[in-house]
Amino acid sequence: MAEPLSPLQPVWRPGRHGNLSGGAGVVLSETRPASIVQVAAWPGSERAVIAAIRAATGLAVPDGAGGGVATATKAAFGIAPGRFLVVDQAEGLEAELRGRIDARTGSVTGLSHGRTAIRVDGPKAEWVLAKLFAIDFGLTALPAGSGVATQHHDVLAQIQRTGAVRFDLYVFRSLARSFWQTLCHSAEDVGYEVI
Amino acid sequence: MLITCPYCGPRDVSEYTYQGEAGRRRPDPASADRAAWDAYVYDRLNPAGEHSELWQHSGGCRSHLVVTRNTLTHVISSVAFTREAGRSHGRRGKGARR
Repeated sequence: MAEPLSPLQPVWRPGRHGNLSGGAGVVLSETRPASIVQVAAWPGSERAVIAAIRAATGLAVPDGAGGGVATATKAAFGIAPGRFLVVDQAEGLEAELRGRIDARTGSVTGLSHGRTAIRVDGPKAEWVLAKLFAIDFGLTALPAGSGVATQHHDVLAQIQRTGAVRFDLYVFRSLARSFWQTLCHSAEDVGYEVI
Repeated sequence: MLITCPYCGPRDVSEYTYQGEAGRRRPDPASADRAAWDAYVYDRLNPAGEHSELWQHSGGCRSHLVVTRNTLTHVISSVAFTREAGRSHGRRGKGARR
């Protein structure tokens, strides 16, 4: 298996930082999935693509804006009409999806090398993310499993809620280090731990 | 200014890219009608009031949208996908995330 290198390595500071008077408000980590794949359905083929994602991963993506589902090792969610981000900690997802989605149904784009996956977990996760993104991160607006596509200035981010207080962010790899530093600064007031 | 994307919901205008007036008709490419091409390239309605315009949700789902905006008040009275063709997928239905 290939040994992926993290773009965050030069600024990676494990441990607890910031204002820790109330403990660490968030835990920041990199989930390092081996497979990050974008799947796009041609108009009219959305249900066939959703079925293919289910066959390949076992994940039943709900058919609705931003709908998604996440398990401990896999995740999928809608990022645009007919487009989905599908993630697996294991390698091989792109080939698996490519085998199930032909060119007449949709397209499969491997992004494993192009995105960095950052996890923000903890009671202050919504607070920290709300500083960066003009998005309602409340549980009713963004239920567990569902996702949004948004941006922090010009850094596009696809964000999935994978737990009550846990969010997984997918950002461009080439901008991930800068974004990570901004995220750390934003978490200083509530204290953060890097693991 | 907020624009409510039919897929993503209400988002700040900074997530969008303006793409000009909607509804302009490109002249026949084979045509050499100078006045028609001049009008297509340069003439704009520039109304004081309701204006139909194209936006792309470039900082979100990247969909191209037709937005009706009042240029006096910035009130947005409608937003739709440019490719809208009556399909239900991707539209917010009952119970969809707001």
